[in-house]
Amino acid sequence: MPEIIYQGKAYPCQPDETVLDTLRRNGIEVPYSCCAGACHTCMLHCLKGEVSERSQKDLKPALKNLKYFLACQCVPEQDVEVALPDDEDVYVSARLVEKEQLSPTVWRFRLEAAVPIYYHAGQFLNLKNEAGWVRSYSLASLPNEDEFLELHVRRMPDGQMSHWLIDHFSVGMHIEIEGPNGHCLYTDGEPERPLIMVGTGTGLAPLVGILRDALHQGHRGPIHLYHGVRTHDELYLHESLLAMAQQHNNVYYHACVSGDEPAEGLQAGRAADIALGEHPDLKGWRVFLCGAPEMVQQTRKKAFLAGASMQDISADAFTTPEH
Amino acid sequence: MSTLFEKIGGDAAVNAAVDIFYRKVLADDSISHFFETTDMEAQHAKQKAFLTMAFGGPNNYTGADMRKAHAPLVAKGLNEDHFNAVAGHLQATLEELNVPADLIGEVMAIAGSTKDDVLNR
Repeated sequence: MPEIIYQGKAYPCQPDETVLDTLRRNGIEVPYSCCAGACHTCMLHCLKGEVSERSQKDLKPALKNLKYFLACQCVPEQDVEVALPDDEDVYVSARLVEKEQLSPTVWRFRLEAAVPIYYHAGQFLNLKNEAGWVRSYSLASLPNEDEFLELHVRRMPDGQMSHWLIDHFSVGMHIEIEGPNGHCLYTDGEPERPLIMVGTGTGLAPLVGILRDALHQGHRGPIHLYHGVRTHDELYLHESLLAMAQQHNNVYYHACVSGDEPAEGLQAGRAADIALGEHPDLKGWRVFLCGAPEMVQQTRKKAFLAGASMQDISADAFTTPEH
Repeated sequence: MSTLFEKIGGDAAVNAAVDIFYRKVLADDSISHFFETTDMEAQHAKQKAFLTMAFGGPNNYTGADMRKAHAPLVAKGLNEDHFNAVAGHLQATLEELNVPADLIGEVMAIAGSTKDDVLNR
């Protein structure tokens, strides 16, 4: 009989037992509810081995890629090592190799991890400095194209960590990183489908990663990227995104400025309003939303009501911790 | 003899219905505030669990679970009108998917049987 490995211990399965059954029989408390594959409460992460197709059937493509599965639906045929989705925070050291100011408020950091990090563009890392402060930053780089891990850090007025990174963390220094986390990422297999991406502030970072990943994987359908900022000097990747839209005839870059009178070529208003105004019917679209939590939550609902399937909406809300 | 769940089309039918159903619920201003949440994905999964049950599919929900899950909503004013509105959206969803009338009747009977538990009466 196969064994389930959980937190370093092996638990033999009985015939026809699901992963959830085996863990519960051994007194291990994992969250679960419906036991019918519907509620997704018992989702686990498979670290080693293979899980059944049935146990991944209704998960988002991104979660399937990352080998998440439903414990109540999985009768393992071989040994599997599993973990709770948030059970795996192991920090490794990374060295800062490059730091560049991109706008009055945004800096680009390039890090080299001491061990290879296997990630997808659009996922995020947790950074922990010597004082023990932990914050999450999205990856703008592509694992197969870029040598280093790229993060965009915006100076937040009350953001301790952003001040520390920008003012004190310099090239050659080390920081602890953990990850990758999150499941806002490009999944291949449907290269013709239209994609719409809305990001505010440094919500652009994961979207640029996902956009480049989509192109790298041969996406042919239209890709509309809306970047929302208050003032035009916050459009921190403007030139390179204009160039990308020039190079690829399926890439459309919309620079949206909500606070001041926009210059020529920019659109006036909030990015999410403009995006949904220009695309009122999102049936069949894949939607990516990153940045301010209010924007992400409201736009997720609007995109769903506009016809996007819940499976096709990927989001990453940049929550800021309380002080 | 196949079950109601199988007759309707099983899991594939639930998947086809859940987006349509949840969209109708969210678009209905008289009830949407009960379904507003920061975690729409979790709420969507709950709607799927509900539809699976209403379709007579596999589930382990008991009347006690139903009561406990809805108690906070009853405290916020959930009443029979809201219940009927949700039931109406379920019926409209099934009609939109061209489910035969007799099967819709069976689904609505299952949904209706949860009323006292949902409303904590």
